[in-house]
Amino acid sequence: MGVSLKEKQRFHRAGTVTNSRPGAHIRKFIPVYLMMLPGIIYLIINNYLPMSGIVIAFKQYNVRDGFFGSPWNGFSNFKYLFTTNDAFIITRNTILYNLAFIIINITLGILLAILICDTMNKHLKKMFQSAILLPFLMSWVIVGYIVYAFLSNENGIMNNSVLPMLGRSPVAWYNTPEAWPFIIILVNTWKGIGYGTLIYISTINGIDPTYYEAARMDGAKRWQQIRHITLPFLIPSVVTLTLLSVGRIMNADFGLFYQVTRNSGMLYSTTNVIDTYVYRGLMVNANLGRASAAGAYQSLIGFFLIILVNWLVRRFSNEHALF
Amino acid sequence: MKKKLTPYHIFSVAFLMLFSIAVMVPFVLLFLSSLTEEHSLIRNGYSFFPEAFSLKSYEYILASGKKIFSSYLVTIAVTVIGTLLNLSLSAMYAFGLSLKKLPGRKLLTFFIFFTMLFNGGIVPSYIMWASYLHIKDTLMALILPNFLMNAMNVLLIRTYFTGSIPEEMLEAAQIDGASYPHIFARIVLPLGKPILVTMGTFAGLAYWNDWTNSIYYISRRTDLYSIQALLNVMITNLQYLANSDFGGLSTGESAIPTAGIQMAIAFVAILPILVLFPFLQKYYSKGLMLGAVKG
Repeated sequence: MGVSLKEKQRFHRAGTVTNSRPGAHIRKFIPVYLMMLPGIIYLIINNYLPMSGIVIAFKQYNVRDGFFGSPWNGFSNFKYLFTTNDAFIITRNTILYNLAFIIINITLGILLAILICDTMNKHLKKMFQSAILLPFLMSWVIVGYIVYAFLSNENGIMNNSVLPMLGRSPVAWYNTPEAWPFIIILVNTWKGIGYGTLIYISTINGIDPTYYEAARMDGAKRWQQIRHITLPFLIPSVVTLTLLSVGRIMNADFGLFYQVTRNSGMLYSTTNVIDTYVYRGLMVNANLGRASAAGAYQSLIGFFLIILVNWLVRRFSNEHALF
Repeated sequence: MKKKLTPYHIFSVAFLMLFSIAVMVPFVLLFLSSLTEEHSLIRNGYSFFPEAFSLKSYEYILASGKKIFSSYLVTIAVTVIGTLLNLSLSAMYAFGLSLKKLPGRKLLTFFIFFTMLFNGGIVPSYIMWASYLHIKDTLMALILPNFLMNAMNVLLIRTYFTGSIPEEMLEAAQIDGASYPHIFARIVLPLGKPILVTMGTFAGLAYWNDWTNSIYYISRRTDLYSIQALLNVMITNLQYLANSDFGGLSTGESAIPTAGIQMAIAFVAILPILVLFPFLQKYYSKGLMLGAVKG
């Protein structure tokens, strides 16, 4: 970064082919551009064209007139979206769940990482790392089935074994919204804890052991070592991961809130998030106006959040920023 | 210097053991549920201590599960084709990005990077893929949307290419008259195998686990259900269950996959992941840590 043109020319390698004709320079790379072309085309189709589709939120979209022909209706869709209570509920749910996930994943992740790194037996260490990663590799459909095995009304293990053992009557889990913040957080932690923990483990492994040696020789206890060496070294990773998560605070994991809840309408008050709302608006209710407004709202706010958050990370530690 | 075994270590291992067991428990339940005899299931529900065991669920799948087999094939096809296409597009794009002298390199890097920051949302994507590109109810509907290229993967591949493939090697090849595609195929790809395997694992797992492309784009061609989509539809669509032929059943059995059979199908869906787990764990962990280091 910041190398002047003169310096670049001075260190220009002797063996490279130099060519003073500007056209020829680009011509040499044409095969490369051709190789990149499929990717470029795909990105345009899959990512960039839909970006421009955000304008659908400002139109009265109908299938006949299509994307270009549908009439504009300004902020009507947004007004329509925000006059319902839905907008508040889905935003509240999305943000609160994400906050809970962030806090739990950090505290539990660091705890697990420290404990695992301190495990002396190599085989046990590997086993623990494998165990926490396994749920991460599952699809939400499968997780939904597993949760169903626990919570099913007729067949679930809770209603058939656990609750009777505690002397309580069965609960219709999929109709009880109050229980779900707890269930959602538990399931999400079960599935996702491996990710953060692995990252913290690799950070801890990168800490120079001589720090710990010196601390031990100074008589520092284990707890003090953690407080003064391990945690400070973890701070950059934690901050980066946290801020990136905050940048995505408007985005929920669709699979979690759709599959695990079995799309049960009774649970919407505590489990409807922006992503499920958009899906239902699009595919179930054919309410394209509200769905596209919600989607645009999510994308735009998310974008500004990431920019803001990256700026913050930049101020904290330049190399950890995304850009 | 040998570390002393302190109470901390003992408690730590005990805690981790309990935690690991707790994490594994749901899988055990899934497996046991698939082996539980049907009437025992109806009477006692899913349990860790089934009253009676039975292999009937798996027998059923093997003997009559035509739909299950075909969805398995669809999943395998989509995963293999999708992963190969993903790696091809990603590697070629990353190769271009790794060439320091490529004109427009910064722009092309930003072009893919920006997709990580902002996306148009489901509604425009759906309209485009379904209404304009007409991919609904085709195999391509499972492969093309969303998973064919991932900015994070491409950038990680690029970082690996620039970090591990010395520029001198590329320049020497150029002086020998090699074209860029030739350099890509003969030098970069072989040297880049580690990162490609890692990214292939990510892409492959994403395709294997995907069910969202199906719920959006597959409505009539039920033979194009992946196994995840099949599992999804079994929950959401009792009509589908009641009407469709699961492959011929003997009299006296219900046509709807029972509770035990559903669990068996789910277990069969995760079986490849369990079997390949050591391999997956190695490369997935590597990939996650690479991603973390990058930022």
